[in-house]
Amino acid sequence: MTDQTPLPRPGRPPVTDIRLVDSTLRDGSHAVRHNFTVEQVRDVVSALDAAGVPVIEVTHGDGMGGSSFNYGFSHTSDTDLLKVAVETAVNADIAVLFVPGIGVKDDLRQASDLGVSMARIATHCTEADISEQHIALTKELGMEAVGFLMMAHMTTPEALAEQASMMADFGADAVYVVDSAGAMTTDDFKQRVAAVKRLVDIDVGVHAHNNLSLAVANSLAAHQEGATWIDGCTTGLGAGAGNCPTEILVATCDKTGIATGVDTFAMMDAAQDTVRPIRPDMGVIDRDGLMLGYAGVYGSFLLHAKTASQRYGVPTTDILLELGRRGMVGGQEDMIIDVALSLRDGRAGADT
Amino acid sequence: MRCAIVGSGNIGTDLFHKLQRSPTLEPTAMVGIDPDSDGLARARRAGVDATHEGVDWLLERADEFDLVFEATSAWVHRQNAPRYEAAGLPAIDLTPAKLGPLVVPPVNGGQHTRAMNVNLITCGGQATVPMVHAVSRVVHVPYSEIISSVSSVSAGPGTRQNIDEFTKVTSAAQELVGGADHGKAIMVLNPADPPILMRNTVFCALPEGYDADAIVQSILDMEAEVQTYVPGYRLKAEPQIETEVYGTPGGVVPARVVILLEVEGAGDYFPPYAGNLDIMTAAAVRVAETRVAAEVPA
Repeated sequence: MTDQTPLPRPGRPPVTDIRLVDSTLRDGSHAVRHNFTVEQVRDVVSALDAAGVPVIEVTHGDGMGGSSFNYGFSHTSDTDLLKVAVETAVNADIAVLFVPGIGVKDDLRQASDLGVSMARIATHCTEADISEQHIALTKELGMEAVGFLMMAHMTTPEALAEQASMMADFGADAVYVVDSAGAMTTDDFKQRVAAVKRLVDIDVGVHAHNNLSLAVANSLAAHQEGATWIDGCTTGLGAGAGNCPTEILVATCDKTGIATGVDTFAMMDAAQDTVRPIRPDMGVIDRDGLMLGYAGVYGSFLLHAKTASQRYGVPTTDILLELGRRGMVGGQEDMIIDVALSLRDGRAGADT
Repeated sequence: MRCAIVGSGNIGTDLFHKLQRSPTLEPTAMVGIDPDSDGLARARRAGVDATHEGVDWLLERADEFDLVFEATSAWVHRQNAPRYEAAGLPAIDLTPAKLGPLVVPPVNGGQHTRAMNVNLITCGGQATVPMVHAVSRVVHVPYSEIISSVSSVSAGPGTRQNIDEFTKVTSAAQELVGGADHGKAIMVLNPADPPILMRNTVFCALPEGYDADAIVQSILDMEAEVQTYVPGYRLKAEPQIETEVYGTPGGVVPARVVILLEVEGAGDYFPPYAGNLDIMTAAAVRVAETRVAAEVPA
């Protein structure tokens, strides 16, 4: 499996059925507590680019400006990681994640200056209206703009479609149904993608997590409903139980005749030789990972909940269940400490 | 003191109700741009001049007022501020426009009583900067960070369009008023139903040699001080000192203090979960009352 396949020539992307976005170096940031190094980014971008992955996302797990007490400080700044990613990629576009309320517009300007060609503007699934200025600025800077509706399981297909339509009106080139908690069943995904497709004319994408062991199946089901952008993370390296594993998605597409433009064997090599050593245990869905999906809790809460569990002497699963019960959304990592203290002091359930 | 409120949205309307209770401040006009706004209707019912003709109306009779509260949005205040000043009207700015000095009542409320323009930062800033100050008055704070979560329904269009300004001004206030070397702010909207109470978390980096007891005591003292004008302001749990090596923008530190806060509103206009409105309008009233007190000869 070391044969070099011919690379697509720059400027002439292959005709594909889906546009694959690999988020190993963004969602995977959660799985390594935001400790990616320049060398890891260079190696992973190089391997994915050579395999033909068209878009590679590189950012702190919580997007630009995410380096913090609340989400974890970056070992290496986004600026340094993006520089090396842009330098290394021959064919692939480099994307960033941006969450309004965490990052500010200057971060988008900086990304554009560094040579980033796509910004994914993420909001909670019911709060799309806060993305208006950021989507507009992304387009103004000449980048592709993607609307990214997180925790999509927390709203109805119809309400989600309304939010997607808002992002389309703001000028987004594509809009995503994002299962941040890995909580959605195949029907949940199909209904949401179908509802969004009915209401918007722009491309629709999906971002799946593997807590219920459904990430690949859900992504392909979404494709049948018309989703043409699919996110993966190589080996699944990502928040919580991990994401849709890119190499498995590519192999499955290959077998079912869906053109991804990615070389299956080169992708398997990239996964095994380059990404697997970063977190050899990735792909195991343990009790905590399953609980996130079951309780519908934001995947990146996991490692913070484990830390709080040790510090305050309460089980991780209890913390996760209580966070789900309280309806906490992405970004509220500070509430993990609050919940742990409530559980320790026997106050959980009484207050919210 | 005769006060005009410019902006008849959530904040302006909540402020109107609080001013009606003040012994020294009198709301004598409410200025909006939407003839159908609920805020204007409430002012009218209370027998107060209410207009949808915007600030032009106000400036035509500027000498009938002693003070104006700006409760619109940052870009509107940037347009209005020079006009208020030209008309000799001091302004208390409840938007994140950050033109005048930043004021947080228990930290520097008494310092800018004669300024023509003071800025109240943001709701998150009013809730958290007192605590950054509480820590920095007993130990050097190389870095502080706040996370402000508000219920989606209590964040009106002004707040939503100001989200970048919110994070920038609240970050700056932690440095300029709170006393941290570096500040960072994060804002999260939560759509849970029933709506969540406003929550704020403050993290302060603690350098080697910190005095845990002094830090905790200073935080408890500050809670009591804020409660004198925001009764629903409270610590959700004892302040926690977490030891771990943190590589913050202010340098590597061995610990942080975690301050979990909740703000329950007085329920003046919005229900009690909208503590974000309450703490802002309560701070505005406190700043204006301090101004009145400073004008009265001792």
